[in-house]
Amino acid sequence: MLFPGNLAMDETRLRWQCRRGMLELDLMLESFVEKRYFDLPVKTKKAFHQLLNCQDQILLDYLMGQDVPTDKDVADVAKQIRDAAGPGN
Amino acid sequence: MSIKNLERRKFDTLVIGAGGGGLRSALQLAEADAHVAVVSKVFPTRSHTVAAQGGMNAALANVLPDNWHWHMYDTIKGSDYLGDQDAIEYMCRSAAHLVYELEHQGVPFSRMDSGKIYQRPFGGQSQNFGGEQAARTCAAADRTGHAILHTLYQQNIRAKTHFFDEYFAIDLIKDKDGFILGALVLEIETGEPLLIEAKTTLLATGGAGQLFRTNTNAHINTGDGLAMALRAGLPLQDMEFFQFHPTGLAGKGMLITEGARGEGGYLVNKDGERFMERYAPHAKDLASRDVVSRAIATEVREGRGCGVNADHVMLKLDHLGRDVLYKRLPGICDLSKTFMHIDPAEEPIPVFPTAHYTMGGIPTNRFGQVVVPVDQGEESIPGLYAVGECACVSVHGANRLGGNSLLDIVVFGRAAGNDIKKYLKTNRHHRLIDEKSVEQALAHLKRWDEPVGDGSESVNELRAELQKTMEDYCSVFRTEEILQQGLDKVLSLEQRMKNVRIQDQSKVFNTARIEAMELENLVDLAVATVKSALERKESRGAHSRIDYPDRDDVSWLKHSLYYKEGHRMDYKPVTLKPLSVDSFPPKPRVY
Repeated sequence: MLFPGNLAMDETRLRWQCRRGMLELDLMLESFVEKRYFDLPVKTKKAFHQLLNCQDQILLDYLMGQDVPTDKDVADVAKQIRDAAGPGN
Repeated sequence: MSIKNLERRKFDTLVIGAGGGGLRSALQLAEADAHVAVVSKVFPTRSHTVAAQGGMNAALANVLPDNWHWHMYDTIKGSDYLGDQDAIEYMCRSAAHLVYELEHQGVPFSRMDSGKIYQRPFGGQSQNFGGEQAARTCAAADRTGHAILHTLYQQNIRAKTHFFDEYFAIDLIKDKDGFILGALVLEIETGEPLLIEAKTTLLATGGAGQLFRTNTNAHINTGDGLAMALRAGLPLQDMEFFQFHPTGLAGKGMLITEGARGEGGYLVNKDGERFMERYAPHAKDLASRDVVSRAIATEVREGRGCGVNADHVMLKLDHLGRDVLYKRLPGICDLSKTFMHIDPAEEPIPVFPTAHYTMGGIPTNRFGQVVVPVDQGEESIPGLYAVGECACVSVHGANRLGGNSLLDIVVFGRAAGNDIKKYLKTNRHHRLIDEKSVEQALAHLKRWDEPVGDGSESVNELRAELQKTMEDYCSVFRTEEILQQGLDKVLSLEQRMKNVRIQDQSKVFNTARIEAMELENLVDLAVATVKSALERKESRGAHSRIDYPDRDDVSWLKHSLYYKEGHRMDYKPVTLKPLSVDSFPPKPRVY
């Protein structure tokens, strides 16, 4: 898949993976990378990469809180993204 | 990169764009053993088709009586008579077959207890040519686009279509006889160009919602294929027709469905006034989309907007009560809470008209062939096709009906695939590539590799200014004076593009370069849109002129054609003659 767990991927590659087919996802993911991603611990970064590998519609369900990922770390980062989305972002 | 070292690949067909239209064409060809390449700037299943939730129209008559002829009438009326009736008949007649075909390919359409495909009623659908409401929209729950896109992608993998994921298309390659011979593309990961030579090239790059500051589109919707067509000397058709929805989340763009006002929500300005009572005393907040959109824009323009920048109005829902809101409008509650941190049960939601769909595009006929006017008729550009939102076939005319865009992409995706198969039978060999055209495309790319321009402008700032200009001067509030000011501003932005220099000159995943080229595309399309809107001196469908409030069939029942060279306009007649039935002559569009 696109992210085999390699944390050395560069920043621009990561940002491109946040370009999705839905505006909601673009806004949430791009803002999260901009403001939060680089301060995250390695474990959470890995969970974020896992999340990016999801299909758009499933990702939307996770980020809008309509479904919860089975992996706890992925579920935590999905909640962080949702909490970080907002009027200032 | 010199032309000598340029990597080259050869295919029968190059498809640019991996949404539903591109993938449906690719599948038709790959199943016929054609050698097909699909180029996509993002991973294919991240194309914008995935966002289409509503469904796909087809007169199956599973819920209520229906037939394709009624669907045809509704589509023509919805288009405000600017749609081409031959293409509309073809689309509506093909619809049922294509729904069944998608179902057999794996799309899980929602069903009734009887086992038949469920169909929901949508706006603009009628029985018996304008009679009772019809139920014509087939859906896979609320994720029809997602289901269609994934099904078509998987079918293409099975059929061995070759995917170039994360490649950005730069320019079409054409020879002196006017044949399109493929395209120069850029591998985003390595930053290296690749020449894809193809006997046929199909543009399926989607719409250009990113022209406007407030829009519903994914960020990838920068109209790349439309701008490539312009640069190849081809016209764009009916670009003045852009569909807006009155209530987008202010500053974000996502749709707040009309259902919110249907349930009793209403709009207020900064003084708390329920202003729709002034604009539409009877229908009030449930007036038609264009009336509500223009009323909101007027309130903001006249200084009665809300917020620090006075740039939106408020949608009030709290009086409906928490229980009703969360039961009937859960999606809106989620959206508002997530993106605005506003609970609609307690506070109103900030809203502003949001750009949604590009009705105009690359002119094609119902076979997907790109066509240009010649003398009294038109002829096709050999080797070039276009389908979906980037094309203008024209089935949507001046206004698209809900449920017709997914239908458009599968019907004309398939039709283009079939016509390309015929073309390939009679054009069996690759034509000699025109190296001069390749050099031009490489020079276009090279402009962003070298420190050209004085660096006084940045991509981000210019894009923001372009989107704000389009919102202020070419959205739902259009007059001669406003559009002329808008044209002056976008032409000035076109000049200022020359001063843009990107700081990052690296090769690997240089997205700054991609974003600069996307902006270049948007600027060309902004000029096309404003110029076409300025010239059309009537109101029709989504194009609403305050100074020309009526539809004028005597002077303006015709398609606009905009050419980049000299910002020139031309016009061509609307096809009023269907394929097999009587024409529907223009009459007042009343619902």
